[in-house]
Amino acid sequence: MLKHKNKLLLLAFTAAILSCPFFLNAYWIDVINNIGLYAILALSLNFIVGYTGLFHMGHAAFFAVGAYTAAVLNTTYSVPILILLPVSGAAAALFAYLVARPIIHLRGDYLLIVTIAIVEVVRIALVNNVFGLTGGSNGIFGISRPEFFGFTIRRPHEFFYYIWSFLAVSVVLFHLLEKSRFVRALNYIKNDEVAAEGSGVDVAYYKLIAFVLGAFWAGMVGNIYASKMTLISPESFNFWESVILFVIVILGGSGSIRGVILGAFLIVGLPEIFRQFAGARMLVFGGAMVAMMVFRPQGFLPPLPRKYAIHKIKSGDETL
Amino acid sequence: MTLLSIRNLTKKFGGLMAVNDVSFDVDQGKVVGLIGPNGAGKTTVFNLITGNYIPDQGEIIFDGHNLVGLKTHKIVSLGIARTFQTIRLFKNLSVLENVLAGCHCRMRSGIFSSMLRLPFQRREEKMALGRALKELEFVGLLKHMDLKSMNLSYGNQRLLEIARALASNPKLIVLDEPAGGMNDNETQQLVGLIKKMQTRGLTVLLIEHDMNLVMRICEDIVVLEHGALIAQGNAEKITRDQRVIEAYLGMDEDED
Repeated sequence: MLKHKNKLLLLAFTAAILSCPFFLNAYWIDVINNIGLYAILALSLNFIVGYTGLFHMGHAAFFAVGAYTAAVLNTTYSVPILILLPVSGAAAALFAYLVARPIIHLRGDYLLIVTIAIVEVVRIALVNNVFGLTGGSNGIFGISRPEFFGFTIRRPHEFFYYIWSFLAVSVVLFHLLEKSRFVRALNYIKNDEVAAEGSGVDVAYYKLIAFVLGAFWAGMVGNIYASKMTLISPESFNFWESVILFVIVILGGSGSIRGVILGAFLIVGLPEIFRQFAGARMLVFGGAMVAMMVFRPQGFLPPLPRKYAIHKIKSGDETL
Repeated sequence: MTLLSIRNLTKKFGGLMAVNDVSFDVDQGKVVGLIGPNGAGKTTVFNLITGNYIPDQGEIIFDGHNLVGLKTHKIVSLGIARTFQTIRLFKNLSVLENVLAGCHCRMRSGIFSSMLRLPFQRREEKMALGRALKELEFVGLLKHMDLKSMNLSYGNQRLLEIARALASNPKLIVLDEPAGGMNDNETQQLVGLIKKMQTRGLTVLLIEHDMNLVMRICEDIVVLEHGALIAQGNAEKITRDQRVIEAYLGMDEDED
């Protein structure tokens, strides 16, 4: 019964999203696109914050590395932006590996402070044009649009399909991952690090991999973002962006894919709807967040318990 | 045959000699008890064996491997599983998933095979599930497998820790006060369970304060006091050992 209900909800949601391009204008489609981008970013952060329970408030740094990798390679060497998609991811993942490795043993608040420092260091490095590649505070402009077999993605309606199909693929992959020993290991670490290590989970390795995988996806979103804006500057990757992503994960439901997507709609979408109330909307928004944390600390849609195919196990089967 | 051999193990915490030059052997297939008054260093010895602490001196040889300096998860995969004195379960996860944690180190599938659900990964998942169900049945928690582990009774939480340890397919299982907080009935069940583990071919090393339980199931007993080993032998020998009696009952200074 419940399973049925969830499937129907998923179907209704997909139908609603797919119908957007038919009745929304370019402005609102762009809002939907931004929600999609934030949703993928927050899903990538979900590996670190949601599944593993690490306080990481510097995710915009990985997003920035991906975006700048795409922008530099595209504008300097005119490599097609779409080919750079995995390259952006790999660059962000490598960066995450290098910065996370020495700090991975830090706990809670200490880790939080270091990750905030990372995002600030990256932003300031970009502003100061450290390698003479990033264009300083003006950023990089003239990034080309993605091209699929001769068809150039240009208008918001076209980006809509690009972004939301990327989101759909990510959701499917992450959903399958949730049912594997990988995300289980991350959950064990979130629950009790000592017990996880004592049960045979390589805690340091899995924490690091959570960072690397999260950064890989954030880097790819950086690529999409760069090709959507065609202009990127350091201010798009500041600490506040990281905070927004963190809030999306916590408010939507830590470790829950549907929760994080709902979070993206609430945090990115609602302020757009209430734009006419100007200043007051942030006040209401802040109040709502406080109320939320008091009355529903697990988030709007916390993760559902995983189901296992017990009925498929016969007593004579070979076991580990 | 000796499975675990501890040689001149020493650990200091600041000025405190927590474990002082302790040596003993644990034979394959035996149930060995580690006893001693509070603060004698029993749990420290366990934490040294399982890699939670690094010894200042000494060697721990298990099944041909020197464990000193190895990380805990590596030691688990070599075949030593443990339970904790203060229960450490994954509180928000189901009973079944707690046991699956033990299977983790025997599984190989990575991110890619999981994302793509390769046949190898699915087979491995299924085998792990089968193992977890077997261990739940072994400790008698099969009917509670969907509960969150925090909702189990205290005694059952202890059993779940044992099931999780067993799921890692250990050669040696290290139990830190398994009967702590259990009532007589539950302790009785635990005795049966430890005997069943022995029949499975496991070697058991346990810390316990319940002397009755220790005397009943341990074939070999090691006694620590102030971090030093003061006696080793079977139950009969230990109960008659003068230093053990003094350690437990205290010494009358007038008679010195």
